[in-house]
Amino acid sequence: MATDSMVNPPATGQLTRYRPSNAEIAGKVLLNAVLAFWAVLVIFPMVWLLYTSFKSDQEIFFSPWTLPATPQWDNFRRGWVDARIGEFFLNSFIVVLPSLAGILFLSSMTAYVLARFPFPGNRVLFYTFLAGMLFPTFLALIPLFFLVRNLGMSSTYHGLILVYIAYSLPFSVFFLTGFFKTLPSELHEAGIIDGANQYQVFFLIMLPLAQPGLVSIGIFNFLGMWNQYLLPLVLMTDAKRYLLTQGLAYMLHQQYYRNDWSALFAAVTMIMVPTLIVYVIFQNQIQKGITVGALKG
Amino acid sequence: MYRNKYRLIIPFLAPSILLYVVFVLYPYVNAMYISLTSWRGLARAPQFVGLQNYQNMLNDGNFWNALGNNAFYIAVLPVFKLSLALFFAFVLTQGVPLSKFYRVTYFFPQVMSMVAIGVLWSFVYHPTIGILQAVLKAIGISNPPVWLGNPDAVLPALAGVSIWASVGFYMVLFIAAMESIPITYYEAAMLDGATRWHMFWNITLPMIWGTLQTALIFIMIGATDMFAITQTMTEGGPNRSSEVLSTYLYQEAFISSRFGYGTAIAVALFLITLFIAVVLARLLNRENLEY
Repeated sequence: MATDSMVNPPATGQLTRYRPSNAEIAGKVLLNAVLAFWAVLVIFPMVWLLYTSFKSDQEIFFSPWTLPATPQWDNFRRGWVDARIGEFFLNSFIVVLPSLAGILFLSSMTAYVLARFPFPGNRVLFYTFLAGMLFPTFLALIPLFFLVRNLGMSSTYHGLILVYIAYSLPFSVFFLTGFFKTLPSELHEAGIIDGANQYQVFFLIMLPLAQPGLVSIGIFNFLGMWNQYLLPLVLMTDAKRYLLTQGLAYMLHQQYYRNDWSALFAAVTMIMVPTLIVYVIFQNQIQKGITVGALKG
Repeated sequence: MYRNKYRLIIPFLAPSILLYVVFVLYPYVNAMYISLTSWRGLARAPQFVGLQNYQNMLNDGNFWNALGNNAFYIAVLPVFKLSLALFFAFVLTQGVPLSKFYRVTYFFPQVMSMVAIGVLWSFVYHPTIGILQAVLKAIGISNPPVWLGNPDAVLPALAGVSIWASVGFYMVLFIAAMESIPITYYEAAMLDGATRWHMFWNITLPMIWGTLQTALIFIMIGATDMFAITQTMTEGGPNRSSEVLSTYLYQEAFISSRFGYGTAIAVALFLITLFIAVVLARLLNRENLEY
């Protein structure tokens, strides 16, 4: 990172003036040992998970340390098919992708209006959306369960999609309103003068300009929805439609009766490895996207 | 230029407002009412009982037990998460070798779901197949506790997972704040012969105070929740020893069909969280440094 050297105050200038003492060297070694230790603490459980998922149940039980004698590829088949990880993946995609498209679409339209168009009630509306961030989902959980049920949307994809969109609105609207406010209004005026209507100005000029904001809020919402557990747990009670998080917890709890640990390890590996790959490729955007909430707040 | 602006405003706002009112605002308001009712089961109608649920709560040992467990997390999590995250952030902005690698690695757990993390650590802690037992035995601890099955070990074990999962997140927050501190401050301090330790206490810490405050409130809110991790790893067990308010209210409502009482616990949980956030904001609201 370019900024590293900037925030690297004392090192270079002082080294020329004196030799580091033994205590300083010991301190450095200790410091690096601590850093390495935490890295091992993060990485090792995952590496262990990865190689264990190729082991047989026998090996898993009697030698937790060792590498698999022969890789048991069948673990992955059983995890994908018998433990139904494949289905859970599909269900998660069916819910999360439309939810993501919906929240980006609705929150950008709402934020655009709130940021650029003065009208009576504009501020009240903005703060009403903001208020949604104050309350924990727990508080709404039980009434929401009955509401969704009464609307005939229990255990339906579209029911959960609507709920996901609704609960993502407060933060997304808040974030994007701030973002649209920073865009220059001259572009808007120029568009109108050139004969574009308001819709064209929004979709052809403003939305492309808001792209960095949409990427951040998109990543933030995608991870939030993909990793969501509480809402599907209560609203997707039909085991055929379990999302990935639910399916995973369900499998773990089932395991105490079934004892197919190797398939379970393989299933968790199949969930973790794609996440890891996507993270390593996009880690800059992802770190920005996830921390976006706290930095603004 | 804003001629006919309502032709844009209304269709742009209407769907969001509709969804928000129906699925967010209405349930929140409705929760207040349900918490004042006795509602035992899907087929029956809620009966208004006033503050009865709240009164029952005061005499409910399970409620206090769950609250006590939340209090444990509230006391323990901020200390470890903040000190580790601050330490890593400060060290990794000093240009140590591999700092980029450490940043990426430490943050990784944050992109996984708490459920996946919970399952992974259930394996790690497992008494027969778990790698932790193997490691402890290898370094000479012959009889390590059954982490998730022992009432005395389970809370620290879950706290450890929570710390493991989120230190990287707070570290990244602090790094962003630290990197926006003007370098001239450090240069001036260096000319005056300040040590790194002095610079950390007298420049870095005051300059990131606002971020620190945000982080602390986030951690506290997390400590009053702990749902996904607890539900996945122990479901509140063994024998309620890791039960927290969130899992207790879930249990009461969706397993025992006591919807009124469950909602009352949710309201109490919300008020506790709000109280902590307000008190913290008050206590910590030192003048933020402008630069």
